[in-house]
Amino acid sequence: MTESLLPVDAYLVESLPEIWFGAVLFALGMYVVLDGFDFGIGMLYATRTDEHERETFLAGFGPVWDANEVWLVAFGTMLLAAFPRVYSRLLADNYLLTIGFVLALLFRGLGPELREQRDDEQWQRYADYAFVGGSVFAPLLFGMLAGRWLFDGATLPMVLTGVGLVAVSVVTGAAFLAAKTEPGLAAELRTYGIGATVAYLGGVVVLLGTVVLTDAGGVADTILSGPVAAVVALSVAAGVGGSLLARRGQYRAWLVSALALPTLLTVLIALLLYPAIYPPTGLLVREAVVSPLALNLVTVLGFPVLVVVLWYFKFLYGVFSGPIEREGYGG
Amino acid sequence: MTYMSPTPVLTTLGPGVMPFLSAELASRMQFGWTISVHIIFASLSIGLAPFIVYFTWKDVRTNDDRYARLRSFWVKVFAAGFVMGTVTGIPMSFQFGTNFPQFSEVAGELIGGPLTFEAKMAFFLEAVFLGVLLYGRERVRDRTYVLSSVLVGVGAWLSGFWILVVNAWMQTPRGYEMITRNGMEVAKLTDPLAAFLTPRMTWMYVHMMNASVISVALLVAGVSAYVIWKKPDTNAWNTALKLAVVLLVVSAPFQAIHGDAYGRHVEDTQPQKFAAMEAHYETGQADLHLLAFPKSASALTDPRAENLVTVSLPAVGSFLASGGDFDAEVIGLNEYEENPPVALVFWSFRFMVGLGFLFIGLALWGGYLTYRGRLSDSTRYLKAMIAASPLGYAALLTGWYVTEIGRQPWVIQGELKTSEAVSPTLTGTEATLTLVGFVVVYVGLILTALYILKWLVREELQALGVRESSDGRWHGPVPGVSDDD
Ligand code: HDD
Ligand code: HEM
Ligand code: HEM
Repeated sequence: MTESLLPVDAYLVESLPEIWFGAVLFALGMYVVLDGFDFGIGMLYATRTDEHERETFLAGFGPVWDANEVWLVAFGTMLLAAFPRVYSRLLADNYLLTIGFVLALLFRGLGPELREQRDDEQWQRYADYAFVGGSVFAPLLFGMLAGRWLFDGATLPMVLTGVGLVAVSVVTGAAFLAAKTEPGLAAELRTYGIGATVAYLGGVVVLLGTVVLTDAGGVADTILSGPVAAVVALSVAAGVGGSLLARRGQYRAWLVSALALPTLLTVLIALLLYPAIYPPTGLLVREAVVSPLALNLVTVLGFPVLVVVLWYFKFLYGVFSGPIEREGYGG
Repeated sequence: MTYMSPTPVLTTLGPGVMPFLSAELASRMQFGWTISVHIIFASLSIGLAPFIVYFTWKDVRTNDDRYARLRSFWVKVFAAGFVMGTVTGIPMSFQFGTNFPQFSEVAGELIGGPLTFEAKMAFFLEAVFLGVLLYGRERVRDRTYVLSSVLVGVGAWLSGFWILVVNAWMQTPRGYEMITRNGMEVAKLTDPLAAFLTPRMTWMYVHMMNASVISVALLVAGVSAYVIWKKPDTNAWNTALKLAVVLLVVSAPFQAIHGDAYGRHVEDTQPQKFAAMEAHYETGQADLHLLAFPKSASALTDPRAENLVTVSLPAVGSFLASGGDFDAEVIGLNEYEENPPVALVFWSFRFMVGLGFLFIGLALWGGYLTYRGRLSDSTRYLKAMIAASPLGYAALLTGWYVTEIGRQPWVIQGELKTSEAVSPTLTGTEATLTLVGFVVVYVGLILTALYILKWLVREELQALGVRESSDGRWHGPVPGVSDDD
């Protein structure tokens, strides 16, 4: 009976596997962009000593972080649903990195909740350690995981990818907070944001240079191609332009260009992968993808839901747009 | 797929260094441990969701401050539990890949769909609208606010649905055929409806959702009983206790009746597991069914029905007399080459069923007291409910042990063994290290959750004007129920 509803032996459209490659990377991009600024908030939090400012940071983070984090689950499960071998190998081959990453996420998520529960200085200090530590290590380890995915076993590119993700998270975190807080604090955040932008752009250049020289993951040729050059150029433009906007105090515009950085980073990942999807074994998108019926099914049932999800994400950010109210974490 | 010969249980990190578990054993312990912790928080969300919706709706509709008080307390519990559910859920979704990659690859087409639907349909819904529920009271209209609480609940119940689609398929797999892809034998989806709605699914969903309701009703009753024990004249908490008791009166008997029928379904579909559940019946009464609730008429026409009625504890005696040796005597299990750890399955099953009957007793007792209008006056009942508050979770966990351990050695019944599902690249050292890490962190997590509950209760008591120093029960005449504060 399913045959009448869904094609069993052919993909709904010829390019469905490639569309799913795009969809998986879209979920990854959403995660890197959205949880990225959460990580940034967590790291910048460490620079604050004033209780009021800390609470402002947490109030900006509180309503959205959990929803942002679900994009990670969406990414993981979409990868499993469309390319089970990649999901399996990526995680199994990088066992300790992955477990380290999820534990870092655990501490990051738990920290603010614990802090909220008890008015005790010592207790709150430990909760803060969990929050800040998790916010540093989660993007670092996740970036390293991405590095292992892209560049096979090479150590330096792997570490640089991790550091790059940390830096870009600081940029977006600073821009997000600056757009939602008072001018004095925003000006301080701007300094961190611009510094991180410089570090990030420098990191990307060093990373790509290293990869070209060592041909890690066999992607040297791709890097020297037009599309990658375009992405790098756009990143530099977004970074420099954003920093100038920040200087001028146009924080909302800065936020937009800051968010372009992790977006472009995801595009870069896609370019470096395709047409392979698991460079360490050279596995191609077409080889790794599930059978037509399974992919058609997740498309027909999943894509409309994804549209609805995007719609109520917009609602969520709408409700909590505008300046952060100092109502503290937990309302 | 690559078949792995059984790995030795212990490997060593060089001579004289501490022994490490095998990758397989450590992975299984890690999965079992982490999901046991996750499920506590996940079912807290599932069971608490109806309470939250009810309190929120009543609060917004009636402006009765009883409900405002209950809502504010239980939303805090919900929020803390949700965070813990989230942070423990993420490791779950990665462990399929880190520890059981062969399983993920073999079953990817079948389980990937439901898992991604879970993320898209359930987790997003829950997380987004919980944000609104926790932080948005002043930012959205009343109607949107109540709707948010409903959507959070729908999200929790939907995530239970999709994850159980996966688990039910692993118990009774259908709707697929085995093909070779990239040099590995994997399952190819052939019939989505059959694969998603396996025979097991409906049983599991009803039993699990009701188990969550029971567990949370017991928790709510326990906390209410404690507050009332300290301060009898609190309007809000008397309401909460009554509500929980009413829920229990319905859900506890239902669970036993349903569980009885469920048991027969397991017998039909997983005879080996069923044999393990009833192990001690070597004497031929293999179907003890402690759950012989005189409900189902068809049970009487079933040849096994006579045995079903013998809710005989003497069977337990005969088990003990046999020296706990199951494997040797039991007919049925002998026909299989490899069996699950029978004692674990057997005792877990007894534990769950026994608690199930205890809950029925508590529910009926409470129902009777409510009927007589003396629910909050009976110190004995209050004490019993305080003591019973964690027991729902004990039943829920042991029930899962029956399901999951009873399925061994299979991870996909009849198709893939757990030993074949484990990562071939994982070393015992790595797996043991992460296992230790998860044990340490999650023990901390559970302790923290308990402390949070304790602090919330203490705060509530202070708000109700109970002095810190008053250790015992309220003394003196029981005041008439009056307004709070
Ligand atoms: C509050 C929790 C709770 C209570 C009071 C009961 N159960 Fe249960 N039971 C569960 C919680 C649970 C569970 C943890 O939720 C399980 C695991 C899988 C499932 O679907 O539900 C389960 C599984 C489960 C199974 C299936 C095992 C499998 O799938 O292999 C059977 C046959 C029963 N139960 C039977 C009963 C009976 C006869 C009860 C009589 C009182 C009972 N349960 C009470
Ligand atoms: C929520 C309640 C659950 C509990 C308490 C639970 C418990 C356990 C335990 C104790 C084991 C180890 C069994 C053994 O090694 O002998 C196990 C194994 C496993 N379970 Fe579950 N489980 C639950 C739900 C699920 C669900 C929903 C899934 C799938 C979606 C699942 C998938 C697995 C897998 C893949 C294993 C393989 C490891 C193994 O068999 O040892 N479990 N589970
Ligand atoms: C019967 C077993 C399970 C049930 C009923 C269940 C249910 C839930 C629920 C209700 C939540 C929402 C968070 C909360 O409110 O606490 C949740 C979170 C989560 N669960 Fe489970 N779960 C089960 C097992 C699993 C398994 C086996 C996995 C692995 C695939 C998993 C993955 C997750 C993830 C990733 C989250 C986090 C979602 C978020 O960020 O909100 N769960 N689970």
